[in-house]
Amino acid sequence: MSNTVIKVENLTKQYRLGIINHGMLFQDLQSWWARFRGKEDPNTRIGEHVYCHTSSCNYKQDSSFLALEKISFDVEQGEVLGIIGRNGAGKSTLLKVISRVTCPTEGQVKLQGRVASLLEVGTGFHPELTGRENVFLNGAILGMSHSEISNKFDEIVAFAEIEKFIDTPVKRYSSGMYIRLAFAVAAHLEPEILVVDEVLAVGDSQFQKKCLGKMSDVGKEGRTVLFVSHNMNAIEKLCTSCIVLDKGRLAANSRDIREVIKRYLFDKTDQQNISKWVRTNEDFSNPWFDPLSVTITDIEGNALEMPLSNNQDIWVQIEAEMRETDPALTMGYALYTEEGHLLYWSYQTDVSEENWPITKTGISNWRSKIPSHYLNEGCYRIEVIGGLHFRQWIFEPGKKTPHVEFQISGGLSDSPYWIAKRPGILAPVMEWKIS
Amino acid sequence: MEIRDENEKWTTVISPVHGWLHFSLKELWRYRDLIALFVRRDFVAVYKQTILGPLWFLIQPLFSTIVFTVIFGRIANIPTDGIPPMLFYMAGIVSWNYFSSCLTTTSNTFIANANIFGKVYFPRLAVPISVVIVNLMTFVIQFLLFLGFLFYFYWRGVPVHLSGWILLTPLLLGQMGILGLGVGILVSSLTTKYRDLTFVVGFGTQLWMYATPIVYPMSQIPERWQWLYALNPMASLIETFRYAFLGSGSVNLAHLAVSAGMTIFILCAGIVLFSRIEKSFMDTV
Repeated sequence: MSNTVIKVENLTKQYRLGIINHGMLFQDLQSWWARFRGKEDPNTRIGEHVYCHTSSCNYKQDSSFLALEKISFDVEQGEVLGIIGRNGAGKSTLLKVISRVTCPTEGQVKLQGRVASLLEVGTGFHPELTGRENVFLNGAILGMSHSEISNKFDEIVAFAEIEKFIDTPVKRYSSGMYIRLAFAVAAHLEPEILVVDEVLAVGDSQFQKKCLGKMSDVGKEGRTVLFVSHNMNAIEKLCTSCIVLDKGRLAANSRDIREVIKRYLFDKTDQQNISKWVRTNEDFSNPWFDPLSVTITDIEGNALEMPLSNNQDIWVQIEAEMRETDPALTMGYALYTEEGHLLYWSYQTDVSEENWPITKTGISNWRSKIPSHYLNEGCYRIEVIGGLHFRQWIFEPGKKTPHVEFQISGGLSDSPYWIAKRPGILAPVMEWKIS
Repeated sequence: MEIRDENEKWTTVISPVHGWLHFSLKELWRYRDLIALFVRRDFVAVYKQTILGPLWFLIQPLFSTIVFTVIFGRIANIPTDGIPPMLFYMAGIVSWNYFSSCLTTTSNTFIANANIFGKVYFPRLAVPISVVIVNLMTFVIQFLLFLGFLFYFYWRGVPVHLSGWILLTPLLLGQMGILGLGVGILVSSLTTKYRDLTFVVGFGTQLWMYATPIVYPMSQIPERWQWLYALNPMASLIETFRYAFLGSGSVNLAHLAVSAGMTIFILCAGIVLFSRIEKSFMDTV
């Protein structure tokens, strides 16, 4: 029998926008007085302008914002639920409500068992205390009892790989050690419901692997995980079902994760022309590489119509303005398949140093070729990535960066024997010789 | 039956704030380990990486006492009911410090802990309660210093009279702590929205100190104004404390009763407001 452990019913979370000032105090008193007399609160009606006595009252009721709107879903025991959505879609608000950090405006969440959140690991670590003391403190904050922590203490320390430093104040730890210890405590909580938000963004890759392993173990042990990430591969690998949030509404809820991710990544309603990206705001502005547009073109630089035929070279063209040059500037793109699998990264600095294209200030066109007869039929996504080598990301992979999508259909080969889509991620035409 | 089972299944139901009381003593009790660890953290971490370490617990009241003795005793010549000024001021300072640090630290609960509160749930009241316990521990250390001085003066033959009221000390301390906690959480709940109060707390406690017989004895207040002191719940507490250990002043039972009543009222109001605010403060802080 299936056992529902989380039941979210009609969950709505409203935020008031605007500044808090004496106008707010006036309204609070007004609301309070109305409630006190058992009358209707004049400030709760949504979508109507508030009657203001004073001209200084500049907070209007229609300046409210629904971070979550009538969300309902169930999660069963042992399920690993992936939560995806663009920035501001309400993912974090949802987790905050479920982990009881903030309370909903309407609706209910019913939980069975203890919830532990990894909204951000290392919560409540005190820099002056030793690793050992912090393990106990952090464990208690996360809801473990003293005896539970004592039982797991050795395991936690071993998982974090910091046996030698356990009696050193954590302010002397490297950031990696700090995060490992923090995650280790959280990973050994054994809550019935574990909430994970973007923890994979931290730590080295080996540790990330360990964390992913731990998370799928948690799922196998019959406990439930809520997992928020922008990393589609991790979602696909770990989750048993998936919901998509879009502007506070539930856009999809399915066990067919592949399908959900595909729909999410190739959401056509989002942009008019997805095969071309043009800068509309200052979001990506930076002095080294300020992207103006990203286009899929032919060799002459003319934008190509979708779908593309596979018998022509495809050029990725990034137009950018450079106000400062930096020898460490490394720019390129990441190519993803429809399912969200990363095919490769490519940078202009991939060749030997003397062959690097010369960068100069001003507006320039960066072009890179994807050869014909190389990709398979299907949809692909190109995201601009890059940064200052070994210093900082300008466009970090997996985060929001300028991106375009394109579709390849037909023209797979010149051979009469190969006309339909073949299995496999790539469909390259390779050279053959017989001697 | 079916419906009952359906409801009993859930261990937690998260719903919007309605009604007044959201406070659960049982839940707080479940988190007693956490309170103990907070106490330990605050107590241990304060004077880490200092040379004098825990000695700071003693230096602070000692110096305040000396300064008070010089300024109020020698320069302003405020009488101390025949008690050595050192003892008189130290009794006042030690107990007032306990109360005022309970108040000022708890009044900052939400803002100082916004970082943790924004990430995990635990009963928020655990933080102010642990603060009061830490302050009580600090008080005990400072109180031992006071006792040391008391015995020194006693041995020198200075007329100080311990009275039976010292048996009431735990009650007095409990009430001071509860009063500090009550006012503190009341203020901390309101500061989540209106930061103005953070400015008030600083000089407010200082003004409150002068409205309490710390640097002067009650006997200096004209008879016809003494009723005003009933409105200050700290006044009768300090007076009783000093009467118990030094034999100066008097114990006014009516004032003590009023003070107890006010303390209970403030605590209840504080808890109601605090437990209401804790659900939604992340949106306003």
